[in-house]
Amino acid sequence: MALIELQDVGKSYGPRCVLKNIHLSVDEGEFVSIVGTSASGKTTLLKLASGLLAPDQGRVLIEGQLVRDFPLRASIVFQNYSLLPWLSALENVRLAVESNFPEWSAARWKEQAMRYLELVGLGAAAAKRPGQLSGGMRQRVAIARAFAVEPRILFLDEPFGALDALTRVTLQQELDKLCQAQTPRATVLMITNSVDEGIMLSDRILALGTTLSAAVPVSLPRPRPADMMLHDENAVRLRARVTEFLTAGRASSEAAKSARKPMNVAVPVEA
Amino acid sequence: MRKMIQDAALSLVGIAIVIALWAAISGTVAKDLPSPWQTWDQSKIYITAPWEKRGEMDQGILRMASYSLWRVAKGYLLALLIGTPLGFLLGSSPLLSKMFDPVIQVLRPISPLAWLPLGLILFRQSEPAALFTIALCSMWPTVINTMHGVRSIPQDYLNVAKVLRLSQWKCFTKVLLPATLPYMFTGFRLSLGLAWLVIVAAEMLTGTPGVGGFLWQEYNSLIYAHILLCILTIGVVGYALDRLMGMAEARLKAA
Repeated sequence: MALIELQDVGKSYGPRCVLKNIHLSVDEGEFVSIVGTSASGKTTLLKLASGLLAPDQGRVLIEGQLVRDFPLRASIVFQNYSLLPWLSALENVRLAVESNFPEWSAARWKEQAMRYLELVGLGAAAAKRPGQLSGGMRQRVAIARAFAVEPRILFLDEPFGALDALTRVTLQQELDKLCQAQTPRATVLMITNSVDEGIMLSDRILALGTTLSAAVPVSLPRPRPADMMLHDENAVRLRARVTEFLTAGRASSEAAKSARKPMNVAVPVEA
Repeated sequence: MRKMIQDAALSLVGIAIVIALWAAISGTVAKDLPSPWQTWDQSKIYITAPWEKRGEMDQGILRMASYSLWRVAKGYLLALLIGTPLGFLLGSSPLLSKMFDPVIQVLRPISPLAWLPLGLILFRQSEPAALFTIALCSMWPTVINTMHGVRSIPQDYLNVAKVLRLSQWKCFTKVLLPATLPYMFTGFRLSLGLAWLVIVAAEMLTGTPGVGGFLWQEYNSLIYAHILLCILTIGVVGYALDRLMGMAEARLKAA
């Protein structure tokens, strides 16, 4: 059964149409990635799917219900940390636990928060503020916060986009571990600009150009090694396929743009 | 450490230059201006016995200053109690802020000298009239800075509040208030400076004991040296207040 469903969704900012005719359905327990270039409307798509933004056209359903607010027992990891800088790492995680489990005791809130900080290897940094942590550590805190509410749905908005390549791969592996360890597994919708990241983590990948491509299933066994993209033939083939979707989408959108605009006469630059 | 000593020495040099200029023009260009020596000679009784009370308007300078400070504290507190919530309200509601922005812009530049008579009419007593004037004149920086602070909370933080499904109260205490605090504090600091400016005018007009009242009385009794004493006291106290707020602000931002 589809847990998250977007039916013919469209969104414009003023006269600028960002998304239209988007159909997407994510099954329960599935990890779906949407890969798109920058300014392709990825973040808007995620905001629509998570109820942070209302669509102009179409409907967004979660468990068959029309979405109005950010759903209960769901989490989101943003690209730019979005931890509250005046709270310690522990307090940041605790705040999320607190508002998702209001019936728990204060001791249990803290215990839960601490447990998830330890899971991402930050038990020792619990008392530190985000400003005292590196980018990778901050994003670990954000991931701990996301998992600490034991989410049924997890939205990831370019979660590793601001990190260096090495940290990125490490965190991908950790995220995968956390996802697999969860029972029942959370349904994940991830937005990313990296095809490799999509292949590493997802069950299905869609490419977002002017519209959403058909889903490409990723049937590689888990756990997927960090160097999979270098050696695994199937993975490499998948990358080619998704990249093709992306570049095709881009070419057609650029063609559409240039058809609308009057052509500028290109002046060749000669050295 | 060495730099600190150097800086202190430089500011002492600056003060010495100004005193020298003062000495040079007193008795020459400005015939009625008491020289630094005369000022010290006639005022030292107020400085050496700062807490002495000899009469209603004849008291040690710290005692006088403390009357003024106490009055400022009350008026300033009133300004914060009204100004901060008002700033939050205007900052979080575009409708209200559009409604009241012109009013604030018109009320803001009105001098304390203009408010005081109105206060006297309304309250019929000098003390509440002075507090009314201090509060009304000094609250605008707090209102405007708080409003600005609420408006410039990054969307990221508001998204966090939404995603964590924080209650309104939690959202206020965990997100809005901490995010606005630095702005609020800038407002508080400016307001305190204004409140101290206003106190002198209020005391001069109402003749209540305090630095300003003393200044006005000594002007009427033609003891010019005491006027200078009051002016210097006002300046030093104002500077001390600003430094105190600055230190509190720095600690807040470091935290």
